[in-house]
Amino acid sequence: MGHQDIKFYQTGTFTVGNRLLPPEQRSVQADMERTNSLNSGHRACQGCGEALGARYAIDAAMRATGNRLVAVNATGCLEVFSTPYPETSWQIPWIHSLFGNAAAVATGVAAANKVKARKAGLALPETRVIAQGGDGGTTDIGFGCLSGMFERNDDVLYICYDNQAYMNTGVQRSSATPPAARTATTMPVGDEPGNEWGQGKNVPLIAMAHGIPYVATASVSDLRDLEYKVTKAMNMRGARYIHIFVPCPLGWGSASQDTIKLARLAKETGLFPVFEAEYGEVTNVSKIRQKQPVEAYLRLQRRFAHLFGKKPRLDVVARFQEMADQNIRKFGLLGSDRAAVGFPGSEHK
Amino acid sequence: MFQVRIHGRGGQGVVTGAEMLSIAAFLEGRHAQAFPSFGSERTGAPVVAFCRIADKEIRLREPVMQPDALIIQDATLLAQIDVFSGLETEGYVILNTHRSFEEMGLGELARRFRPERLVTIPATELALKHVGRNAPNVPMLGAFAAASGLISLESVASAIRQKFSGKVADGNIAAATEAYNAVKAAREVAHAQAV
Amino acid sequence: MLKQCEGSHAVAEAVALARPEVICAYPISPQTHIVEGLGEMVKAGEIQDCEYINVESEFAAMSVAIGSSATGARTYTATASQGLLFMVEAVYNASGLGLPIVMTVANRALGAPINIWNDHSDSMSQRDCGWIQLFAENNQEAADLHIQAFKIAEELSLPVMVCMDGFILTHAYERVDMPTQEQVDAFLPPYVPRQVLDPRDPVSIGAMVGPEAYTEVRYLAHAKQMQALELIPKVSREFKEIFGRDSGGLVRPYLLEDADTVVIALGSVLGTIKDTIDEMRADGISIGVLGINSFRPFPVSAIRRALSHAKRIVVLEKSFAVGIGGIVATDVRMAMDGLDQRIYTVVAGLGGRNITRASLHRVLRMAMHDQLEGLHFMDLEWNIVNRELDRERQTRRSGPIAENILRDLGQTKSNVG
Ligand SMILES: Cc1ncc(C[n+]2csc(CCOP(=O)(O)OP(=O)(O)O)c2C)c(N)n1
Ligand code: SF4
Ligand SMILES: [Mg+2]
Repeated sequence: MGHQDIKFYQTGTFTVGNRLLPPEQRSVQADMERTNSLNSGHRACQGCGEALGARYAIDAAMRATGNRLVAVNATGCLEVFSTPYPETSWQIPWIHSLFGNAAAVATGVAAANKVKARKAGLALPETRVIAQGGDGGTTDIGFGCLSGMFERNDDVLYICYDNQAYMNTGVQRSSATPPAARTATTMPVGDEPGNEWGQGKNVPLIAMAHGIPYVATASVSDLRDLEYKVTKAMNMRGARYIHIFVPCPLGWGSASQDTIKLARLAKETGLFPVFEAEYGEVTNVSKIRQKQPVEAYLRLQRRFAHLFGKKPRLDVVARFQEMADQNIRKFGLLGSDRAAVGFPGSEHK
Repeated sequence: MFQVRIHGRGGQGVVTGAEMLSIAAFLEGRHAQAFPSFGSERTGAPVVAFCRIADKEIRLREPVMQPDALIIQDATLLAQIDVFSGLETEGYVILNTHRSFEEMGLGELARRFRPERLVTIPATELALKHVGRNAPNVPMLGAFAAASGLISLESVASAIRQKFSGKVADGNIAAATEAYNAVKAAREVAHAQAV
Repeated sequence: MLKQCEGSHAVAEAVALARPEVICAYPISPQTHIVEGLGEMVKAGEIQDCEYINVESEFAAMSVAIGSSATGARTYTATASQGLLFMVEAVYNASGLGLPIVMTVANRALGAPINIWNDHSDSMSQRDCGWIQLFAENNQEAADLHIQAFKIAEELSLPVMVCMDGFILTHAYERVDMPTQEQVDAFLPPYVPRQVLDPRDPVSIGAMVGPEAYTEVRYLAHAKQMQALELIPKVSREFKEIFGRDSGGLVRPYLLEDADTVVIALGSVLGTIKDTIDEMRADGISIGVLGINSFRPFPVSAIRRALSHAKRIVVLEKSFAVGIGGIVATDVRMAMDGLDQRIYTVVAGLGGRNITRASLHRVLRMAMHDQLEGLHFMDLEWNIVNRELDRERQTRRSGPIAENILRDLGQTKSNVG
């Protein structure tokens, strides 16, 4: 499926109307034949962005690989809600090993598939592998294995479902938790309530710095873009990384029905830039359609409630706005601006 | 069982020397065991390696404490450590120097051992001449083969070929051969004098 | 074919003969020569249809091994010491998942203090990790055990650790009879996995198990190890049929029949002990040795059978459980439960300290006269220990122990012995 520049939106929802498209251009999720790789009946919370993101991503990857896909899962919500034995939501070969090693286990799967393909006289393995984990399993404990997989350019697509904290263990801070956010380990007390204002760890940019073939960010609010990126990634070989923004109603204190709305606001404020990069260079950004103030995003989440309480912290909200505006400049998210990020040293290898 | 202890410095091929000796003995149908005094020695530090040769399986894993032969690849070690420790009175000593034991100030010590088993050989010069590098280990083996008669020069050459190839192997074999011949010749002279 | 080569080289060749499909490793002394050798063989095309992966840590090494083994590939890795500790979480995971990975542990001491020399602390720290642990007495056996390990691992769907003494074996040149490819192919069938990540027949591997079944799953891990008690000797016999020599098995007796005193040990020190015992026998002393080849599973009945007649048992081990004493000795006590025997623990060879015949003679003679304390540290320098204890009594800020001790020892002794 090629990338479609589709201009028409259903009023109020921004959802692309599949009904208006010819069947071959409809999303994978709209397909009656979609694999439902992560089948219904799992135990995720209502409105879980991670469950949604994983289903979108894996179904798209299944279609892209002709259903020859193996998934390696890090410990975390996705793993736990999808599988207590003997039940499993997974309709594909799936393995969970540890919290911090999904990328390396996937390297092993890829290596074994490579040998099998060679023994079968095939130039390239037919069976492909995806590693997936939460932000904690990716940006913190699994970071070493992830970087190693990138550096070796192993044939693995790694997908990070970023819900911005350790949800599985009860919402503790991770290195992807935004500043000021309330988590179980960054309580809204003291002079600087919530998570500290640090540098953050931008793993998509770090992935780009490895010069790997493909890095993208995506969001559950844009199904077609997400599917397009996964499909594109599965049509490439080597190390690939997709970082998907997945709101978590439980951890964020948001309404279950606001998951998509929050994801969209994260993009439309500029707080979560949605872009693609190849070999260290940004090649495409999803423009902000209608710029929104960060407050619209923050106010929907109890984890930021302390910013709007009895003693409002408009100064902190202003810092968020600064952060969003900086992203807008850096990635050229508005109008015809161009992205100003990239690692030009890493030419195509 | 015949036990050899090789002293030298990191970078002089001490361990390789012991390994080649074991290969040479193996090629003559004997059991042999070579092992280093394991450590994280860097270039220049004192290094020890061992080789045991026997006609049956060698099970012993302790370091060689009572050597039947000492191969001293670097004479500067004499001032630093007790290289002669535990040497059997019937033992052999191969010392890398162009001087004699007397000149080295080892006259006193030499009288405790059998003089014809104490051999000096300018192995570094031979190595520089034939291999172009301070790798005295191979000429030392040539000298040891000549002095002890325990292994043949041919076996030493074959062992060299297992470790090195091409020009490096040729150079090493030339160095070993020259050392071997030098020791043989010196012994014939000594023998003639004695008679 | 007979060959004079380094232990690491022999092991690398043996692993290559087993036709591994994925090899991954992270370097650590004294394992390096093994994986360097294998890396070169893969690169040179001498091992065909094999992927060699230079990973970024031991944790990744075992994780890659988990992935490839679960995908049905015959998988090998190697490590030692800190590396084994660094991969522990994945080590337990591999056995829990029942993946037949084969790993060499080039036995080395654990830090702190950092020490690269041999003892058994590393693999002993993993005695409960669910892997089968086999110990090699010499390089011939190290090579042979790797070939046997793949067969045992794959038959049981359990990972196997082949433990060989770091440096003492890995870096020693000795005679090894290298098997031929035909022999190994006849002995070791291709790997047929019990579980595999295959899109044609999808399974979920590694999901959560609650209290309702966890005990049963764990019991089955134990049951598999009990099956290994039968399988290990069987594989050793099959090995003998094809290769014509004794290698592996559960235990190996030496001059045991009429021995009043029996020494128990693992690994390469058995050679030195046997030489010592020959000398003691020549002096008319009634003594023998029992080598333990399989430490996990621990061959309780084989040991009990072999030792029931002994008056006293000396367990000589290159590791110990701080705060209690012998590790192997504890297991031996369990095996000899109810019998009236003295059981001594001798801790020796820690961090590469040489185990010499002279020391063995001394300690074993003390044991024979029942003059040995229950837990004895062979060649321990008591004056050094006491000086440090004194210092700590006298000064609060006494400083780092290891540094103090080395100062007391004076200039680092030139290490001839
Ligand atoms: C080595 C290790 N440390 C800690 C844990 C506990 N743990 C399991 S999941 C998890 C948090 C997962 O967070 P994340 O990766 O963000 O995934 P999420 O649950 O948010 O989807 C933690 C801390 C573990 N399983 N293993
Ligand atoms: S806690 Fe969050 S990530 Fe986990 S299942 Fe619930 S909504 Fe999903
Ligand atoms: Mg998370």
